[in-house]
Amino acid sequence: MFSKGTKRKFSDGGEELPEEGLPGSNEELSSVSYSLQRQSLLDMSLIKLQLCHMLVEPNLCRSVLIANTVRQIQEEMTHDGSWQAATMMEAFAAASAAGSGAAGPPERLVATEVLCRPGREMNGSPTAEPKLFSVMGYEECREEEVVAVEEDSICSEAASNVCLSGSMGHCWERGMLRGERELDSRLGAPDEDVDVEEEDEEEEDDNELEGCREEGEAKAMRQVFGTFEIKNSHPGPESALEELFSDVDASYYDLDTMLTGMQAAPKIGPYDLLDSLSQSHTPSSLSSASNCRSDLNELDHIMEIIVGS
Amino acid sequence: MGEDGESTKINHSFLRDYVTEADVISTVEFNQTGDLLATGDKGGRVVIFQRETQSKGEIEELGESGEYNVYSTFQSHEPDFDYLKSLEIEEKINKIRWLPQQNAAHFLLSTNDKTIKLWKVSERDKRPEGYNLKDEEGRVKDFSTVTSLQVPVLKPTDLMVEVRPRRIFSNGHTYHVNSISVNSDGETYLSADDLRINMWHLGITDRSFNIVDIKPANMEDLTEVITAAEFHPKHCHLFVYSSSKGTLRLCDMRASALCDKHSKIFEEPEDPGNRSFFSEIISSVSDVKFSHSGRYLLTRDYLTVKVWDLHMEKGPIETYQVHEYLRSKLCSLYENDCIFDKFECVWNSTDSVIMTGAYNSFFRMFDRETGRGVTLEAWRESSKPRAVLRTRRVYTGGRRRRGDVGVDSLDFTKKILHMAWHPDENIIAIAATNNLYIFQDRVNPETQ
Repeated sequence: MFSKGTKRKFSDGGEELPEEGLPGSNEELSSVSYSLQRQSLLDMSLIKLQLCHMLVEPNLCRSVLIANTVRQIQEEMTHDGSWQAATMMEAFAAASAAGSGAAGPPERLVATEVLCRPGREMNGSPTAEPKLFSVMGYEECREEEVVAVEEDSICSEAASNVCLSGSMGHCWERGMLRGERELDSRLGAPDEDVDVEEEDEEEEDDNELEGCREEGEAKAMRQVFGTFEIKNSHPGPESALEELFSDVDASYYDLDTMLTGMQAAPKIGPYDLLDSLSQSHTPSSLSSASNCRSDLNELDHIMEIIVGS
Repeated sequence: MGEDGESTKINHSFLRDYVTEADVISTVEFNQTGDLLATGDKGGRVVIFQRETQSKGEIEELGESGEYNVYSTFQSHEPDFDYLKSLEIEEKINKIRWLPQQNAAHFLLSTNDKTIKLWKVSERDKRPEGYNLKDEEGRVKDFSTVTSLQVPVLKPTDLMVEVRPRRIFSNGHTYHVNSISVNSDGETYLSADDLRINMWHLGITDRSFNIVDIKPANMEDLTEVITAAEFHPKHCHLFVYSSSKGTLRLCDMRASALCDKHSKIFEEPEDPGNRSFFSEIISSVSDVKFSHSGRYLLTRDYLTVKVWDLHMEKGPIETYQVHEYLRSKLCSLYENDCIFDKFECVWNSTDSVIMTGAYNSFFRMFDRETGRGVTLEAWRESSKPRAVLRTRRVYTGGRRRRGDVGVDSLDFTKKILHMAWHPDENIIAIAATNNLYIFQDRVNPETQ
């Protein structure tokens, strides 16, 4: 269904949402293509938000409009996600009952299950995981928690397009970034920032993937709006520069690699999972590999900024 | 600008393709009489054009209006650096507004992202001569040579235009200033940035009143910004501001000191049939202008211009499609950021015609009485000076006429964002990147 490494073109004519109730086999296909389009729009928007590290202050109106678009897509994806999970459950049940096993949904289900597991294994205890501010607010997070509990091993954000978008990388980078961020927040970030962090830490979330993906987006959001506030309190240009660089996180790279078709070999990709459905890749070895790699990438990125600007 | 001379012939083709970023015009504004036209550019310069009167004291023939020539050029703003945020402050002139003339001098306000400046433009065509203590060059005379007293006299000299900054209104804005508007009381003006609107007194630079503040307590809750603001042309207590969500808010300063609560809110309900992920972005109002009468509002969003009646809040009374053919291209336009372009819109002197810009050097005029729109082009190659502008058309289906331009061959780098209409006559000034075009209506030069 998805060809590896192909950049998915957002066809201009197909913005309008095809109704879910379309009869026949077209339904799944058009909703998948709509999901793809929506996903690529989301990726494009996140890149736009993150490319704000320029010498001149970015246009606030543009940033707000892009952020609102991202929020809108997120909300829609959440709705779709929970609905799709339900439909997938039915499909899975029907398939297993029929004995044939439909190629699509069960594979996706298994894939999501596998994707969810390494993320969970990585964390020692759920409470230790600080949950970043989610643009969707706390209410929606709780919603997902409930769904996750109900669906048991299936992630609530089981919309396969979300899992398949390489958000796994986010989880692994989080461990590395967490320490960085905490350090930043203790180094004299304004009080409001620290409060937000502490509040988030109290909020538990079973759904790691949701947090991971949102982290990338929330970080982008925070960067955009945070830039205007945080920088006010920093005493001098040096710490402002530091702040500029500390905001560079590897989640940007994950988007980047995802869009270019995930060429990097050691990084586990959802396509690999789909193909092999094997669990030969252990999370621990991969996480260290990807951590090193992302370190290098981050360094490259920083160098680019220094040289490029 | 316009002073090329010989160099034009030598490397005309090179200069034609090479556009200095600093020369891109960022604002155009006529003064209240229309005799002066000011333009601001990205390099922080202001160029003032003056209309030449054909023959002073004699009645002008119909169709023989004076041309505009450069009157004065000065550097209004310089690039700056915000050391606290480690960010540059662009010197680009965002807006220029003229003050009503009160004496021989002219005053204008010019603003970049952060600082507003009041400039005095005055002429000097006489100079005193015959000082007792100083000679013609200004050097102190040797007193032994002074034998008699003389009274200095004023002698005519060549015209000199002096421009001096009279006030600098700084540190009033944390965010980027997008609009300034002079009040009808002649004493105050407002400046609007993304989240706040301040009111200043023209004589006081160290203080301003904050009259609108939409900054949320938590910046992460920010979903709406101010995009434009203007004072009512006749009522000094009324002003309007537009937002990125497509709403217009009319505020009355008599109601309270902080006008966060609007007196009226103008909003058109969303068309559910046209809903897409870009609906909000294209509904963002990029410019708002009161009509000369003060009864109507003109707004520009990405695809349309709308006329609103101040007495009716539930929706516009007229909507004109500027380039509806772009609706299916919104995703590409989002990708290349063109969807965030801020087009301006203007009224003519009698509020019967409205005008706005588009892409491919096109601009559109709509006659409110007939409801018809026309597309014109501001492009040097296709129009010689004093030639009649022919109307253009974008091909969107049906029979294709000669000269029609296909949607895919539109040049999105050639955008007409800034323009101005003479306050009394049918003369328009169009800014196309680094060129300024001045067109006038030969058939009806004077407005009826």
